[in-house]
Amino acid sequence: MEEWVLNTIIRGLALGTPLLWAALGEVYAERSGVVNLGVEGMMILGAFSAFALAQTTGNPLLGLLLAAGAGAAGALLHAFVTITLRANQYVSGLALTMLGLGLSALLGRRWEGLPLLETLPEVSAFTYLSLLLAVALWFVLYHTRWGMVVRSAGEAPAAVDTLGVNVALVRYLAVVFGGAMAGVGGGFLSVAYRPSWTEGMTNGLGWIAIAIAIFASWDPLRAVAGAFLFGALFHLSFRLQTWVAPEPLQMMPFAFTILVLAATARRGGRARGAPEALGVPYVRGER
Amino acid sequence: MMRIGPLEVERRPDPPVTWVLGVSLLAILAAMAASGVIFWSHGVAPLRAYGVIIRGTLFNVRALPEVVRFAIPLLLAGVGLVLAFRALFWNIGAEGQILAGATAATWVALFSPVPDPLKLPAMFLAGFLGGAAWGFLPALLKLRLAVNEVISTLMMNYIALYLVSWLVHGPWKGPQMRGFAFTDEFPPAAQIPLLAGTRIHWVTLLLGILLAGAVAFMLARTRLGFEIRVQGESLDAARYAGIDPTRTTLLVMLFGGGAAGLAGVGEVGGIHHRLLDPNQISLGLGYAAIIVAWLARGSPLAAVLTALFLGVVFTSGDVMKVALQMPARVTDVFNGLILFWLIGSERALYYRVRWVPRREAPAPLPVPDAGAGSGGPGDGE
Repeated sequence: MEEWVLNTIIRGLALGTPLLWAALGEVYAERSGVVNLGVEGMMILGAFSAFALAQTTGNPLLGLLLAAGAGAAGALLHAFVTITLRANQYVSGLALTMLGLGLSALLGRRWEGLPLLETLPEVSAFTYLSLLLAVALWFVLYHTRWGMVVRSAGEAPAAVDTLGVNVALVRYLAVVFGGAMAGVGGGFLSVAYRPSWTEGMTNGLGWIAIAIAIFASWDPLRAVAGAFLFGALFHLSFRLQTWVAPEPLQMMPFAFTILVLAATARRGGRARGAPEALGVPYVRGER
Repeated sequence: MMRIGPLEVERRPDPPVTWVLGVSLLAILAAMAASGVIFWSHGVAPLRAYGVIIRGTLFNVRALPEVVRFAIPLLLAGVGLVLAFRALFWNIGAEGQILAGATAATWVALFSPVPDPLKLPAMFLAGFLGGAAWGFLPALLKLRLAVNEVISTLMMNYIALYLVSWLVHGPWKGPQMRGFAFTDEFPPAAQIPLLAGTRIHWVTLLLGILLAGAVAFMLARTRLGFEIRVQGESLDAARYAGIDPTRTTLLVMLFGGGAAGLAGVGEVGGIHHRLLDPNQISLGLGYAAIIVAWLARGSPLAAVLTALFLGVVFTSGDVMKVALQMPARVTDVFNGLILFWLIGSERALYYRVRWVPRREAPAPLPVPDAGAGSGGPGDGE
């Protein structure tokens, strides 16, 4: 029993890791004022490209690097459409998710079911690393000039613009960074957590990551708690299938997401701590 | 207004229909061109692929009814989404609402004591209510607790998916269906009649067209429609005008969810005649309906056309599988690309370029280029 509990916690932390990477990335993107609903798509692109490269070269770290690039490329498309063309951020993110799921399924057919000879050696080390990363990102966001610029771009873009900050550039960087993070998160799934590639293997984790960013009030440290909580929940829903029918269990994390969002929300008005200019394209000279 | 050489670029808030149509068609063509890379990478010459697809869908007597068959659920769900988007409610949950409608209809068909002649009407009613309930909850959560509706409607999709999956593997698994995760087949009284030789369940089709007309009338001519339109421009303006966003949003989502629910009724009652694996019921119709609504640019009547177009896309998936040995997933990529091109080209709608050679008069002062007012997600929140 004790072993069971310990094992569940370890696997829960491991599954929380990709969630954390993706959620941290989304925190940065949204803090700069851009909602990216394409997290699921960027994660699955990362998962596929990491697996493909790790399978070919035998080097999972190289795979993760490519995953970061794939996620960043997807995010760059989103950034161009929403920042430069000022298109609707929600629809663009959805399009990115459709594109990511479709492309990865299409390209990934050849790789389905293949074994991965070299997986990431220390899964737990990667989890610790992501904790450090969360602390570092928290520090950068709240205690450095860089972080202040990112936050201001999301709170008062017109004000920082007058101070000579290039709002569009800041947003581009934050969104692309977020995409790279989501890509690595997805890659972690396919080269470490469950070393394999299956179509649609992110299975909603990307959406949960966005929810985590919201109920963590866009705070990297709080995102840590959310990510590991949901990692454990996802893993439990898998673990308990020995005793309970799988479907109600698989439903659990998604139902719980709604519950948590409802419980942490403030009655009426905006969500707590939402950046003031979240989702609003910035046009110089407009209010 | 901006000048580039002899060309003058100026804003126009109300683009003419032909221009909207032209830009939309260009976006679709661009998406087709971009997906050519995929055909090419699979060793199929893109031009040949387009030819096969167009011949296999539009110029094939057997395929045309299939286009309509797919257009039915897309139209119903799409009209619901048009309404939601008009009220600035980001309903991504049509997929779940379709499944909820399908589930409710299945209950009526197989387990309710409703007498045979009333079975079909009761199924449509139950499906509407099921979808409406699925749409109502996220609306309520947004209005009362500011829960982001994109996330909640999406979570409701997953909940519906696992609910249906659980039902067909567990309590509702049909005793006649040894080993398969299906319910029993619906009795004949619960099967929606088809047009001979096709899979077009015409009752649902008629319902969809009537609904599109009714919503168009409601938006243009009724008080509620006016309120939805004002709210769609700006929530603040709506409040100033004494409009209660709670009432309009709840009504919109009850109706929009219900319409998607009807689509679910059509799928189980007209096509499958049983509840089965959720991925075989909905096939991503609820997500494609987002494109139907966006392509229709807020017009319920235009959704009839755009649903037919997405119907072609869905049918082309089958054509590609059979004639080109391509995975049907190509359509997902294509859908994503269309959506990108559509929103990417949106700004082009609100500007026009005119050929005006420079005259002696001094150039007018440059006016800062203003937003196209396309309504970002954060507008008026």
